[in-house]
Amino acid sequence: MKFTLSWLKDHLETEASLDEIAAALSMIGLEVEEIEDRAAALAPFKSAHVIEAKQHPNADRLRVCRVQTEDGEVQVVCGAPNARTGMVGVFAPSGSYVPGTDMVLKPGNIRGEDSNGMLVSEREMGISDEHDGIIELPQGTAIGVPYAELAGLNDPVIDIAITPNRGDCLGVRGVARDLAAAGLGKLKPLAFPSTKGDFESPIKWRRDLPADQQDLCPYVAGRYFRGVKNGPSPRWLQDRLRAIGLRPISALVDITNYVTYDLNRPLHVFDAQKVKGDVTMRLAREGEEILALDGDTYKFDNEMVIIADENGPEGIGGVMGGELSGCSEETTEVFLEVALFDPARVAITGRKLGILSDARYRFERGLDPDSALWGVEVASKLILELCGGEASETVSAGEHPAVKRKLSLRKGRVQTLGGIEIPFDEQVRILKDLEFEVTETAEGLDAVVPLWRNDVECEACLVEEIMRIHGFDNIPVVPLDRDRVLPQGVLTLSQKRRSFVRNALAWRGLEECVTFSFISRKQAGLFGGAKEELTLVNPISSDLDVMRPSALPTLVASAARNSDRGFPDNALFEIGPQYHDDSPTGQMLVAAGLRSGAPKGRHWEAKGRLLDAFDAKGDAMAALEVIGAPVANLQVSADAPSWYHPGRSGAFRLGPKVMGYFGELHPRVLNAMDLKGPAVAFEVFIDAVPQPKAKASGKIKPALELSIYQPVERDFAFVVAADTPAEKLLRAAKGADKQLITDVELFDVYSGKGIEEGKKSLAISVTLQPTQKTMTDEEIDAVAAKVVAQVAKATGGTLRG
Amino acid sequence: MENLENLRDSLTAEIAGAGDVETLETIRVQALGKKGQVTQLMKTLGGLSPDERREAGQALNVVKTALAEAIDARRETLKEAELEARLAQETIDVSLPARPSTLGHLHPLSQTVEELIAIFGEMGFSVAEGPDIEDDFHNFTALNIPPEHPARQEFDTFYLPEREDGSRQVLRTHTSPVQIRTMQSTTPPIRIIVPGRTYRADHDATHSPMFHQVEGLVIDDKTHMGHLKGTLIEFCRAFFGIDDLPVRFRSSYFPFTEPSAEVDIGCTRDGGQLKIGGADWLEILGCGMVHPKVLEHCGIDATKYQGFAFGMGIERIAMLKYGMPDLRPFYDSDLRWLRHFGFLPLETPSMVRGL
Repeated sequence: MKFTLSWLKDHLETEASLDEIAAALSMIGLEVEEIEDRAAALAPFKSAHVIEAKQHPNADRLRVCRVQTEDGEVQVVCGAPNARTGMVGVFAPSGSYVPGTDMVLKPGNIRGEDSNGMLVSEREMGISDEHDGIIELPQGTAIGVPYAELAGLNDPVIDIAITPNRGDCLGVRGVARDLAAAGLGKLKPLAFPSTKGDFESPIKWRRDLPADQQDLCPYVAGRYFRGVKNGPSPRWLQDRLRAIGLRPISALVDITNYVTYDLNRPLHVFDAQKVKGDVTMRLAREGEEILALDGDTYKFDNEMVIIADENGPEGIGGVMGGELSGCSEETTEVFLEVALFDPARVAITGRKLGILSDARYRFERGLDPDSALWGVEVASKLILELCGGEASETVSAGEHPAVKRKLSLRKGRVQTLGGIEIPFDEQVRILKDLEFEVTETAEGLDAVVPLWRNDVECEACLVEEIMRIHGFDNIPVVPLDRDRVLPQGVLTLSQKRRSFVRNALAWRGLEECVTFSFISRKQAGLFGGAKEELTLVNPISSDLDVMRPSALPTLVASAARNSDRGFPDNALFEIGPQYHDDSPTGQMLVAAGLRSGAPKGRHWEAKGRLLDAFDAKGDAMAALEVIGAPVANLQVSADAPSWYHPGRSGAFRLGPKVMGYFGELHPRVLNAMDLKGPAVAFEVFIDAVPQPKAKASGKIKPALELSIYQPVERDFAFVVAADTPAEKLLRAAKGADKQLITDVELFDVYSGKGIEEGKKSLAISVTLQPTQKTMTDEEIDAVAAKVVAQVAKATGGTLRG
Repeated sequence: MENLENLRDSLTAEIAGAGDVETLETIRVQALGKKGQVTQLMKTLGGLSPDERREAGQALNVVKTALAEAIDARRETLKEAELEARLAQETIDVSLPARPSTLGHLHPLSQTVEELIAIFGEMGFSVAEGPDIEDDFHNFTALNIPPEHPARQEFDTFYLPEREDGSRQVLRTHTSPVQIRTMQSTTPPIRIIVPGRTYRADHDATHSPMFHQVEGLVIDDKTHMGHLKGTLIEFCRAFFGIDDLPVRFRSSYFPFTEPSAEVDIGCTRDGGQLKIGGADWLEILGCGMVHPKVLEHCGIDATKYQGFAFGMGIERIAMLKYGMPDLRPFYDSDLRWLRHFGFLPLETPSMVRGL
């Protein structure tokens, strides 16, 4: 919402400076976005007389001018074709900043003639693109008058942000009222002079709305004007409209815009000669169309309120008028529309049609219902003043719905909710200044809310009104009570796990990323498919329209981007959501990671090796381990989802439950996403890992039992079928003697020479930990035999010869 | 006896001249071994008279001991020299690079959330969470944003397809729906913060379609706006680590709070460089007293309970605190950015250790 300082002062009697006004606006909830003080930028530019302009002796296109300025006579070399003796121009002395050229003027010498300062064009002052010549001011203009003053640009423009609740401040008067309440001056009285009608309006208002939807347009009023002359509006009006960024069009149109911005009362004027019959507020019929004032044609559905005559739609209720019945320079007969519309319906209509007009913006925030009454008078006065002619009697249809809301405010409530003691008298004063009708009661006060404040709807709202005007700065600062001296643990198990996983993976050299939750349909297709219910209706781009079914695609894309930048060695992870359906439980927390390129960067001493599934398996197991998954008991099955290499990937399972996946990424996926392989990845489902069982012993750990006998290690090599999972053999070996065998490690896998085709050798080291006595050779041999037997039973493996 | 002295002198000279351990050992065997010269002399003692034997024996033993000691000493010297020589040969270029150490980094957003938790945790807030995909009630209606309210338009909401019943899910436009979920499922007193992902259909240099917010909510029977000020001033100063950071509260509007305020912190913009702390103002968060209608939507008696809520953008405060000029790199995973602005996984932020 823009307005000028002088416009504000039409409504506010104040001595306050621009800075004081700006500061107050921001503090009371009308945040200042920008103050454009055009006079300040134009300060060096002042009127000056060209005493003499003669041809430059050494340049055909230049003139040497003697210029009388407020500081005396100077010589200026000027290239403008219209520089001539006797003209009044705009002069900037040396040292001035010229916005149009972004330069500071310096005294100079142009082809042998001194030049001090400049006679300027509009473009050089940065106020328009006009550059055909230097500005010519009217003869008789005094010397040294600031150009800003001459051009009506000496009125600072204030731009404030209006929050959705403060429709009333979409008119300058509303802003002035707030400022007056805040102590910045006095609100000037506003009179609505009533104009007596001279004749009966030939056009009448009608309403044709369904019985249960009367409030779509509860009331409309208007008036007929004849004998008007619609020329350009006066200078003061044009200046104000231009200052706030509106283009003056004609007196009639400018009046409607002016009242809209001055009093927050949108109006419409029809060229009455183009209106056929009476005008009716009704619902549109499906398929009806209108050519609107913005030059576009809009098609209605049967829920939109329109203004129609016998020709059909002439206006979109609360949104925009029609072009065909609009006013032009030739208009002599005018019919005025001052209506009330249902805010929600205006919003829906505007949204469906894609029109954001000044009218819609105001109607959907709600207007002062009384404005339908005084709006007619205000508009009539301006039309008669600026366009002449005579006005008919007022015609209207519907019921004026002004029902005032009455709220109570308890005496202590400002203190208990707002935390500040404000004297009761001051509370009353503020509400009265905001034009609430206040009655003091035993408990506090009753306040009748002004009709333009439809946002004030409960006691807390009254507290807010009082406090914002009194100033939030005055609220004493109170620390939040602590119910206990020491803070409590505040994280859930899942939150703690995330932190553990994050740190564990970073320690392993992976960089944490945060990537978008939405991906392209194509990417989603590679990672389990794009569900219709998870596809955005209004994505910002077709590349970001599906909620990701996995956190890997964005990591793959990240690695590909880094690779393209010249950084092919990636180790990335993200802890975030993946989505399975659109319900509140359809989201799953995952820690996903990806490594691509060289395993750990190159080193002069390390032999090169390629990344493989075990890099990812190690990452996944580290993540699982730190969140308390029983890593030793997890089974690995070779059935990871389709985006992994089918022969080089696995799933971690605890019973039927999947804790995560790992493996090489499928070459098809890498190819589709332009990432050079190999790349390995993992996904760990943090919340799938079972919660630790609460123990009766609490945090007490079991006693530490240290054997005094040395452990014994025995190595075995087994020959098994090539497709035997190593895990099976390790489990069998470990299960051979649950008391004595504390650890089994696989230290070699071999196939090739010396091993039968279709077989492989797995070498393991078994650790025996006696607890009662040192083991004899016979005892050790007995356990070894059990290991061999168990392995043979489980895998068919035999000791390698 | 003269022989013995000669023998001792010649052997001593040989020992001293032995150039390596092997030569020394040969000398030892020749002198003191079973057939060694000294041993041979010992054997001749049997032919002497007892007195002569004792005298000669003593002399011989002295020589024997002296030679043994000389050999041991020489051996030590030789061993020491050999070690020195080996070590000298084993010299490497210690300026060669070490095996690459590969510590990764935590994303600045994670670190910032941990800092938020550390500060608000001290004040008794716990951490609540909710789904990214929300229904209309939790994201809007319960927060006093009815359909077609102008405030809804300011959210640039992402929509999912209409369901059979005509409803449509949205990507939450703020973390505020978690206020609603928390108030629906627990009874006051409530003290939570809610960090999380949020979404708005807006994409330019300063807006991302996905970003992060942190929400705060306090509900009990006594908390008022003075507490709100106290809490947020304390937070701003702790987070930015500036004890006297200016903080001001300006009246504003949010549908779900009444009264509502925006909070500015002091800053300077000297030379185009934004710095926290100073006489200029920078908007940083929105807050207010929870609207009675919101409490009622959650089944909380608004005549008995009240409290405050606040919300702020996590990227924004992270950018301000750590001098990250641009928003987009947050989600771009550029290794150079991650390593430059990321944090080592060394220490979870806490108030007692310092942020």
